[in-house]
Amino acid sequence: MLTFAFKRLLTAIPTLLVLLALAFALIRVAPGGPFDAEKELPPEIEARLNEAYHLDEPLYQQFGRYLGGLLQGDFGPSFQYKDYTVTELISAGFPVSLKLGGLAMLLALLVGLSMGTWAALHQNSRTDHAVMALAMTGISIPVFVMAPLLILFFAVQLRWLPAGGLGDGGWANLVLPVVSLALPQIAVVARLTRGSMIEVLRSDFIRTARAQGLPQREIILGHALKPALLPIVSYLGPATAGIITGSVVIEQIFGVPGLGRYFVQGALNRDYTLVMGVVVFYGVLIILFNFIVDLAYRWLDPRVKL
Amino acid sequence: MSNAQLKGAGLWADAWRSLRRNRAAMVALYLMMTVVVLVLAAPLLSPFSIDSTDWDQISIAPSLSTQHYFGTDDVGRDLFIRTLYGGRISLMVGLVATLVSLIIGIAWGATAGYVGGRTDQFMMRIVDVLYAMPFMFFVILLMVFFGRNIFMIFIAVGAINWLDMARIVRGQTLSLKKKEFVEAARAGGVSSFNIVRRHIVPNLLGIVVVYVTLTIPQVILVESFLSFLGLGVQEPMTSWGALVNDGAQAMESAPWALIFPAVFLALTLFCFNFVGDGLRDALDPRDRQERS
Amino acid sequence: MSKAKICWRFLLILSAALGVACSDNDSVHAVRDYGQIGGPNGSTLAADQTLHKDNGAEPQTLDPHRATGVPEGNILRDLFEPLVMEAPSGELIPGAAESWAVSDDGLLYTFQMRSDGRWSTGDPVTANDFVYSMRRALDPATLSTYASILYPIKNAEQVNRGELPPDALGVRAPNKQTLEIELEAPTPYFLGLLNHSMAYAVHQPSIEEHGEHFVRAGKLVGNGAYVLNDWVMQSHVELVRNARYREDAHTTINKVVYYAIENADTVFKRYRADEIDFTQSVPTRQLEWIRQSMPDEYIQAPYLGIYYFGFNTTRPPFKGQPGLRRALSLAIDREIITDKLTAAGELPAYGWVPPVQGYEPQQPEWADWSREERHAEARRLYKEAGYDADNPLVVEILYNTSEGHKRLSIAIASMWKQVLGAETRLMNQEWKVFLQTRAAKIKTQAFRSGWIGDYNDAYTFAQLMHSANAQNDSGWVNAEYDALLDAAAVENDPLIRAKFMQDAEQILLAEAPIMPVYFYVSKHLVKPWVGGFVPNIMDHVYSKDLYILQH
Repeated sequence: MLTFAFKRLLTAIPTLLVLLALAFALIRVAPGGPFDAEKELPPEIEARLNEAYHLDEPLYQQFGRYLGGLLQGDFGPSFQYKDYTVTELISAGFPVSLKLGGLAMLLALLVGLSMGTWAALHQNSRTDHAVMALAMTGISIPVFVMAPLLILFFAVQLRWLPAGGLGDGGWANLVLPVVSLALPQIAVVARLTRGSMIEVLRSDFIRTARAQGLPQREIILGHALKPALLPIVSYLGPATAGIITGSVVIEQIFGVPGLGRYFVQGALNRDYTLVMGVVVFYGVLIILFNFIVDLAYRWLDPRVKL
Repeated sequence: MSNAQLKGAGLWADAWRSLRRNRAAMVALYLMMTVVVLVLAAPLLSPFSIDSTDWDQISIAPSLSTQHYFGTDDVGRDLFIRTLYGGRISLMVGLVATLVSLIIGIAWGATAGYVGGRTDQFMMRIVDVLYAMPFMFFVILLMVFFGRNIFMIFIAVGAINWLDMARIVRGQTLSLKKKEFVEAARAGGVSSFNIVRRHIVPNLLGIVVVYVTLTIPQVILVESFLSFLGLGVQEPMTSWGALVNDGAQAMESAPWALIFPAVFLALTLFCFNFVGDGLRDALDPRDRQERS
Repeated sequence: MSKAKICWRFLLILSAALGVACSDNDSVHAVRDYGQIGGPNGSTLAADQTLHKDNGAEPQTLDPHRATGVPEGNILRDLFEPLVMEAPSGELIPGAAESWAVSDDGLLYTFQMRSDGRWSTGDPVTANDFVYSMRRALDPATLSTYASILYPIKNAEQVNRGELPPDALGVRAPNKQTLEIELEAPTPYFLGLLNHSMAYAVHQPSIEEHGEHFVRAGKLVGNGAYVLNDWVMQSHVELVRNARYREDAHTTINKVVYYAIENADTVFKRYRADEIDFTQSVPTRQLEWIRQSMPDEYIQAPYLGIYYFGFNTTRPPFKGQPGLRRALSLAIDREIITDKLTAAGELPAYGWVPPVQGYEPQQPEWADWSREERHAEARRLYKEAGYDADNPLVVEILYNTSEGHKRLSIAIASMWKQVLGAETRLMNQEWKVFLQTRAAKIKTQAFRSGWIGDYNDAYTFAQLMHSANAQNDSGWVNAEYDALLDAAAVENDPLIRAKFMQDAEQILLAEAPIMPVYFYVSKHLVKPWVGGFVPNIMDHVYSKDLYILQH
């Protein structure tokens, strides 16, 4: 177990380095710079700005400087938001994104698992088709259509929920963004659950359990669920990535102050440090999450040795 | 005729029979074909072209008498023809990007799985490393920086999806490698390359078909996501994603601009997913667990 | 709080509002025929005087000397008071200075400071504060990117380039109450420049104490009607009333919340859900629907800006082809564009300079022709340039990615095709890429552009086409134009100066390196319960002039 964890962490290092180098190279070869604006700057001023932000140094030196800063937890100053450092921006935005993404994931799992199990138990019946069709709508309607529709209905027409923003951070403000973010994931989880549940229900040990006359509830929760969870657990990695990208759209539509918005804003404004910061941060997050998923998988599946 | 090919033919006949029993999948298949035919026949169905503007017909509602069956957009262009042409782009992006990922994925996965040993470890390590990249971000960066070239979309999306394919194919190859007919071919002195080409790849077809039908809708969605960020195809060309995004901005004043493309988009995604699920069940029900 | 007390508070607030209404400028509140209900007279103010304002993008900084954009400007106007400020209608009124005098040669401005001007800490606002601040604004170490707006001040450019020390700047304080500003050349619009945040005073002790962090909530010290209470990045900036502001007794709104929302559609939905009282943008696609369903809440007014397309005159097909450029300009139908596409009340533009003060608007002679005449002339010039149906002009329009620019480019391409048969390719690029491509003048042929004036004077537009201006993206060079502009820049007589610029504009319009399309309007959605709003050409709004009616 420990060796496994150690090995995985070792592989994380090259992964991170590749990520850093790729992101750095990509954003630096991009046309346009952070100080380009409609009004052109006098060359002296531009030179001074470049000097102040170390953009006049050779690229490898800048990359080295960046890595050095990272090791000390310093993501550098933001080019765009001149009064803040990237570290400050990330530490302000991340809790919001985490809350949003975490809740969406939780919702997707809860609803997706129940829908999938329900459909599996009524395989090929009308309810099965209905439940699956419902789930499928989740992946068939783009989130940028679904979210405005939800706002229009629940916020503008019914006035039950706020139309955007975080307000005082209360629950009401989270409902719509979390639901919009979760919908596509619910669909995938429901589909995976249905498939693996059908398989597990057909297996010998469930038949044995049935023959012993155990109640349905106990068969599902006590015996079938754990093995049926395997594919869902391995989907969690891609799901995280999906939720993170989804949050880029959701945060824009709902005006939620999370990290996803910084990414797009940063890229558009050539805020080099901010974009790097967000990419690195999310990269670490995905690596970490895949690691946890692997551990969970090993715990769930007795066939895989630790 | 080799053993493997015989086996393959039987598998396909079985699968087709089993798929035909799946009503939902069959309905989806027919619907899908209808959409494809419509999209291909587009120019025959409407007197308008995708870029002809009409200043007196800005944002008018659908009507048979004006021949704007789906209404017009905010510069007076016919939405019927634009929706169908948009479908061409969306389907093409879906198809080509999926093919790109397929080719890379199969080559990579089959090689790694067949060669095995250190090569396998090294190749899969690379896949692991790439797996942890927030790829969508790179796609956004690429599109932002280097313009919205449609080939960029293909390549970018294909490059993300091949990782899944490589993993699946490798797993399948590993298990196929131990099968008798492969062992027999190897004993008979057939070269590695030919074994992979003749025995391994054809036997992967089932899983590949399923993968393709399930990946195309994902790619179409990715394209629409890029359109939302303003990074889609160049005007006057369009895609379902771009049309839906346009329509979503006027959903109350001109609902038709949203509804028609959205229905086409959703229906197509819906159908692909149903057909894909149906195919998966038909081809090999036991497959499911290993793949997911 | 008891009922009686609440009523008492209402009365106080009401009288305060009335006080504003009857203050120095009576026309201020009389101009309220925008279909809104009532005025301060006879109407009741709401108990909760909180104004929720959409502010477009997240402010990039609240340091007045580093700020450049509209979102920053909006907030800073509430936080700081310049020497000369604006009445709600936009006219210049005394601010931190109670009066001023200009020397006969137009080179020396002497400002008399108010005796009751206070920082939010209670310190008096003195002439020295402005000397310190203007030196800071131009000090190269401040890294300001908009410093050039203060270049009319003597030695400002040399100081900003690091050629002279900051104290060589032509700004002096003979005593605490007197501020002298010396200029390089007579600058008739100079007082208007003082409205820009670059000319705001910042509080020296707090900058020295907090360094870069002086702009944070709780640390930022200003001399305006509000102080910064909270700043949540990507969400909102909250201001509360500054009790030490010299005219606090006349302020009604207690709290202003500026929301950072880039998406105009999101803004609109939040507006409809009553979460926002005042928007910075109106979703163009919904305009028609808005006009029908909330006609009284949509407020538009002329805005100091021009939307135009430029031609790259340094490369074919537009190099040395004024006739072809004129043909393309003649072929587009500006009325259709403003009536049917932008449809927000924009003014079709035939000339270059929007309606500004002290300037006679110019037009090419064909502006009054009928559509047929224009099209005929366009075809004649097109043919003369060597193009026809068999040999059509193939041209590319470059625009930066945006819904509105896309629509306009599609429309123009289609008009060129219909009238001349020209084949147009559309090319959109993301903003920063676009800026670079356009400035390089290599790949561009026709490109979209726009210019919002920095100050209410024709010169801010005229200077854009001077061959020495880095933003002259058409690469157009005309010695006569340059000479007329250089003469205008040092001319003290306003009429002669205007004449120089008008003659220059005629040359520009004849040569047509640019194709004006329309003059901008400012667009806002304003809830019926927001009172005191008067649209003005600079689109500057001060929260202290507004009030919330009971609703």
